[in-house]
Amino acid sequence: MSETKNSESQGMEFLQSLPRRWVTVYIPLGVFLFVLLFPFYWMVITAFKPASELAQHSSNPFWVIAPTLDHFKQLIFHTQFPSWMLNTLIVSIASTFISLAAGVFAAYAIERLRFQGAKKVGLAIFFAYLVPPSILFIPLASIVFNLGLYDTRWALILTYPTFLIPFSTWLLMGYFRSIPYELEECALIDGATRWQILVKIILPLAVPGLISAGIFAFTLSWNEFIYALSFISSSNMKTVPVGMVTELIEGDVYHWGELMAGALLGSLPVAVIYSFFVEYYVSGMTGAVKE
Amino acid sequence: MLSRVLNNNNVLGWLFMVPSAILLLFFLTYPLGLGIWLGFTDTTIGGNGHWIGFGNYKYLIGDSISQLALFNTILYTVVACAVKFALGLWLAMLLNRKLRLQSLFRSIVLLPWIVPTALSALAFWWMYDPQFSVISWVLIKMGLIHHYINFLGDPWMARLSVVIANIWRGIPFFAITLLAGLQTISPSLYEAASIDGVSPWQQFRYVTLPLLTPIIAVTNTFSVLFTFTDFQLIYVLTRGGPVNTTQLMTTLSYQRAISGGALGEGSALAIMMIPFLLAAILFSYYGLQRRAWQRGGDK
Repeated sequence: MSETKNSESQGMEFLQSLPRRWVTVYIPLGVFLFVLLFPFYWMVITAFKPASELAQHSSNPFWVIAPTLDHFKQLIFHTQFPSWMLNTLIVSIASTFISLAAGVFAAYAIERLRFQGAKKVGLAIFFAYLVPPSILFIPLASIVFNLGLYDTRWALILTYPTFLIPFSTWLLMGYFRSIPYELEECALIDGATRWQILVKIILPLAVPGLISAGIFAFTLSWNEFIYALSFISSSNMKTVPVGMVTELIEGDVYHWGELMAGALLGSLPVAVIYSFFVEYYVSGMTGAVKE
Repeated sequence: MLSRVLNNNNVLGWLFMVPSAILLLFFLTYPLGLGIWLGFTDTTIGGNGHWIGFGNYKYLIGDSISQLALFNTILYTVVACAVKFALGLWLAMLLNRKLRLQSLFRSIVLLPWIVPTALSALAFWWMYDPQFSVISWVLIKMGLIHHYINFLGDPWMARLSVVIANIWRGIPFFAITLLAGLQTISPSLYEAASIDGVSPWQQFRYVTLPLLTPIIAVTNTFSVLFTFTDFQLIYVLTRGGPVNTTQLMTTLSYQRAISGGALGEGSALAIMMIPFLLAAILFSYYGLQRRAWQRGGDK
């Protein structure tokens, strides 16, 4: 490890010989990438492997001899996987939309309207961001039950914003801060109302921030587990992560092919969205930590 | 008249806060208060609770399973966060070098972080299978072991296995945020240090580390918060077993409150985590204070 400590010297890197670079950079990096990616490779290879090959000890487990789509067919036509995907999609899109809308207003009010008490509200939002779902799920379960929302999608659509709004507000506050005041002042002099300023000037300029907050909120709600586990009981109302874990495991017989096929398909939407918006995702993640 | 009122910053400001305020007050502040209240009652699912003061807390402090859960949670958090930080920092420094395809590497590295934890935990569960584990297969072929390892059946092996799965998922978060921090350090500082003839270790210790301290403090705090309140990884891999040796405070409170129906006791368990989380937040606060001081106290 000590050998790599000099690794961040960008200016003096030309002094390093090629063999040394292999030992200090390429080999450790290769090991990291291998370890981080191996579980995905394992998901893919298992999903396409016929049941007979899965139960063998003798052959090479890293490759598949006769790839099959049986597990995918079984998953899509004989389980409730499609309705889990649909539920997750509806819940994620709805809660993302609600949180973004609420977050835009809140961030604009705190950052630009500067009403009395705005700073305190901003701090309160930050603390709300730090409250983890795992200490809220028990009282929330009883609230959801008393509202008659138990076992409906609304239970999730209304509770996910509790962790999405603080996050997106915080992120958008950073973006709004970077927009020059002069633009707003010009518009005010020209007689624009606050609403017009928000819709016609601020929002178009904050599109990167909206995308960042949007995909972040979408992946967070797609990945959410403990609320979906506690507030939903009928199997056709479950989300993908919860359905996979609670419904596809029957007794001691594990259908590994199906489980891995489902894990793969369930990860696909977030992975696709992520791959299109990597830069926005990274800037959202690092921006939120840096603030 | 209406337009004048709507152009008043105070009126409009509070009006804009209404949607967030309704959702957060009703689904975050109120449940937090309700949770604290439930912790002082013996409420069960379907039954009305009575005020029992510190009864739940007295019982939980004497309960050997919740003591074990507290121990496991602290062990899990400390070990996982320390390793995630060390490996994440190393990976960040590797990625910070002039590499071809740097942005591609960065996107690949984040994959474990964005995939739903429950689903990647299923992949780990399959890799930890007592009969068909690929890890055991490789170790047997290499001649290092003779029997398939019972990853999740043996107490310490199970603890190690869940910590490794957690580390796998957490490394990208550290690597990417610390990389962002490293990229703000000016290369000229390293050039100056090189001219002064510092060793690589000195360069790391006296240039990189001090400048990275603020972001290290924040990243570690978030990681401690996430890891301390982790639920899904344990729920998928072991459900707290074997014999509660991987039981965390969160999984135990789920077990007692939702599966067992003892809402009061489960809430008390969840509330008992708050002092630890507050300690982590205060730690971050002082980390940020230090940054302000380093900048000359302008923030």
